[in-house]
Amino acid sequence: MPERFREDLCEPDRKELAEGPAYRFEMDRREWISSIGAGLLVTAAGKVVFSPGGASAQVRSSHRLHLGEDGSITVLTGKVEVGQGSRTEILQAAAEELRVPPGAVQVVLADTAETPNDGSTAGSRTTPSTIPVVRRASASARELLVRTAAETWNLDASELRVEAGAVVRAGNRFSYADLARTKRLEATVDDNVPKGVPLREVRNWTVLGQALPKVGAREIVTGAHRYPSDITRPNMLYGAVLRPPSYGAQLESVDLTPGRELGAMAVRDGEFVGCAARTSFEARKALKVISETARWRRAAHPSSEGLGAYLKRHAQSSAGGRRGARRRESGDVDGALAAAQTLEASYEMPYVQHAPLEPRAAVAEWDGDRLTVWTGTQRPFGVREQLAEAFRLSADKARVVVPDTGGGFGGKHTGEVAIEAARLAKAAGKPVSLRWTRAEEFAWAYFRPAAAFEARAGLRGEKIVAWDFTAYNPGTAAIETPYAVPNVRTRYFPCDSPLREGSYRGIGATGNNFAREIFMDELAGVVGLDPLEFRLANLDDERLSAVLRAAADRFAWSTSRALGRNRGSGIAAGFEKGSYIAICAQVRVEEGSIEVERLVSAFDCGAILNPGNLRAQIEGCVIQGLGAALSEEIRFAGGKLLNGSFARYPLPRFRGTPPIETVVLNRPDVQSAGAGETPIIAVAPALANAVFAATGRRVRSLPLGARQA
Amino acid sequence: MARFTIRVNRNELSTESPPDRPLLDVLREDFGLTGTKYGCGEGQCRACTVLIDDQPTASCLTTISSVDGMSVTTIEGLASGDQLTALQQAFIDMEGAQCGYCTAGMIVEATALLKRNPKPSRTEIVDAMNPHLCRCCGYRNILASVELAARRSEAGDA
Repeated sequence: MPERFREDLCEPDRKELAEGPAYRFEMDRREWISSIGAGLLVTAAGKVVFSPGGASAQVRSSHRLHLGEDGSITVLTGKVEVGQGSRTEILQAAAEELRVPPGAVQVVLADTAETPNDGSTAGSRTTPSTIPVVRRASASARELLVRTAAETWNLDASELRVEAGAVVRAGNRFSYADLARTKRLEATVDDNVPKGVPLREVRNWTVLGQALPKVGAREIVTGAHRYPSDITRPNMLYGAVLRPPSYGAQLESVDLTPGRELGAMAVRDGEFVGCAARTSFEARKALKVISETARWRRAAHPSSEGLGAYLKRHAQSSAGGRRGARRRESGDVDGALAAAQTLEASYEMPYVQHAPLEPRAAVAEWDGDRLTVWTGTQRPFGVREQLAEAFRLSADKARVVVPDTGGGFGGKHTGEVAIEAARLAKAAGKPVSLRWTRAEEFAWAYFRPAAAFEARAGLRGEKIVAWDFTAYNPGTAAIETPYAVPNVRTRYFPCDSPLREGSYRGIGATGNNFAREIFMDELAGVVGLDPLEFRLANLDDERLSAVLRAAADRFAWSTSRALGRNRGSGIAAGFEKGSYIAICAQVRVEEGSIEVERLVSAFDCGAILNPGNLRAQIEGCVIQGLGAALSEEIRFAGGKLLNGSFARYPLPRFRGTPPIETVVLNRPDVQSAGAGETPIIAVAPALANAVFAATGRRVRSLPLGARQA
Repeated sequence: MARFTIRVNRNELSTESPPDRPLLDVLREDFGLTGTKYGCGEGQCRACTVLIDDQPTASCLTTISSVDGMSVTTIEGLASGDQLTALQQAFIDMEGAQCGYCTAGMIVEATALLKRNPKPSRTEIVDAMNPHLCRCCGYRNILASVELAARRSEAGDA
């Protein structure tokens, strides 16, 4: 499968950031390497490649599963762990199908030299895409074990079963280590790999479906785990990179001498200026004196005031493939609107920052023309491509390793810090560790897109008969209404964005669902129906109706609506990436501030792989969503952020986290979907609707805290 | 440059350093104790929390010269060999970590809390932990971890 196609599958939203390396380096020609590289990027999704040589075997990127002669079992995937639980669930998937205890399996993630290219860790794709691949590979290995034992003992394979990692029969035991030592398999391994082995049915799961504690938790609680910013290499230096004073500013001149006089290595390559020293303190000192010599040509840059109008003025109307404008229409929208009771409204949403607690970090090391970078990214193979392009390397000369990383939330799809660390390491002739400061992470990472929306609907009785929805810039995830409407027009316009923007938890669905679910509330008001009843009356999606009912039941919706002055309840739902969310929230609005008193969510993502991890993901996602709903908004003027720090950009904390109840609907009959993103999409509209119930004032833009005051 | 000596996790360690260098950098870069994390450099996220003479302190805002001769405990110094503390075990059992980047600061802060107040109320826990940011927003499991550790310690003492 072509690599590009796989990447597209992984993040199906057109707001995925697509750009080349951040720098065009002007290195000496002798540093160029001409090599094709193509053909070496082999993926083997779903295919078991068996290497009986144990530790001495050459690990290739086509390997999915390694069975060691010493009994070790290693699963390899290109996915990364950023706190969402991929490592644990991949381990459970392998242990389940191999019929071994979870402790017998090692998981190697995200090393472009050793693991298959499983695309980005994005779009909630690990659960629906990677878990089945790991299960199939593991089931094939188990079947190979049974067949080989049968051959060895001259028995019928149907008489044999695998338990606790071995076939046991009449006092004889044949384990995965025995299989690994069966040399006669080596030459003809592909012919020996059983295909189409059935996977274990959900009702028979013993490892999947269990709340296995997080793999690696012990290393985390003891401080032993090494995040990307913790990696050290012999003779390693610490780096710092010069940033423009404002967006769009161009470097005219800079003098590196003052930094070098402080003992630091300093380098300029085009727009790139950086230095490295024995400690990060020295590097920052050197960068400071260098920055004082820099002269910049400033560029005009819009401000965050009036951003929604700016986006509409800068909408791109050309239909440019999967990134361009889009229009979908079914039925006769204009005709139906003309004959119906209509309502119109517009909505807005600001930029927000992911602000993962570990900022971008990388350690780069050159060995001749071979480059290794340890870095925190959700796209290890994409970052390898960026490195190869930036340094004119063939892909096999660049290796990207992603240690389990301190948060992502869709914000780490790019390789800026990897490229910067590698450029510094090249100049220094030593490994360099580069960790962005919090201010850099706020200003120079990318943002969740800002957006504007226009909605128009036609009603006949309690039914929506026409739906006309236009979205400016949020991305296209969840842009189509999940409600049953006969006449629907959906338009999407990407806009010239003042800020660099890209993926986020749920990306476009956070905006599209926000606008739609407030509008549904407004329509319910026009009809005079309870917001829950109105939604159910316009739904024929059984699973979405089920989460709405489940949330409402737990919340006691019918008796929790009228709460008296300044208190009220709201409801919202949504569907995205294969999973369903409904949220009921109760708020109290007092002197311009919104207190969330209670929140109930109901969620359905099919068969549950790990209930403990699932609950943590749903709750974390919902609480993160409270920040984007109530307080988060990137403000900027004159090319600078006005609130790019934790002190000025309020994020959810312990205090203010409301009592939260989570109802999880288990659907063992339905294939598992990812759960780390979708819960966020119902938070902001549920709160906005609750604020309306409390105050009678309709707030149509985020963050609610600033807008309702 | 000057020589500074601090007692870190019961070991005397010294380094040559400018006096205004953050303790966080010294721990991580000079002593190899990378369990203490940088999150903001402004004392706003508390990922860098260590105990200085038993007081939880943001090591990003603490200069090396201000702790010369003092005693510092980091996340690496809490367990006794393989024996985890009650808090560390509770964070494992209650899924108290998602990405885990804030966990060291959380556990160090809670260690000080439970030492001065072995049976904190939920409000007292929230008050003590509130300066700490968890961007995965795993606040409920973190609270549950601290409460479990307190309950187990009480049961163990009884």
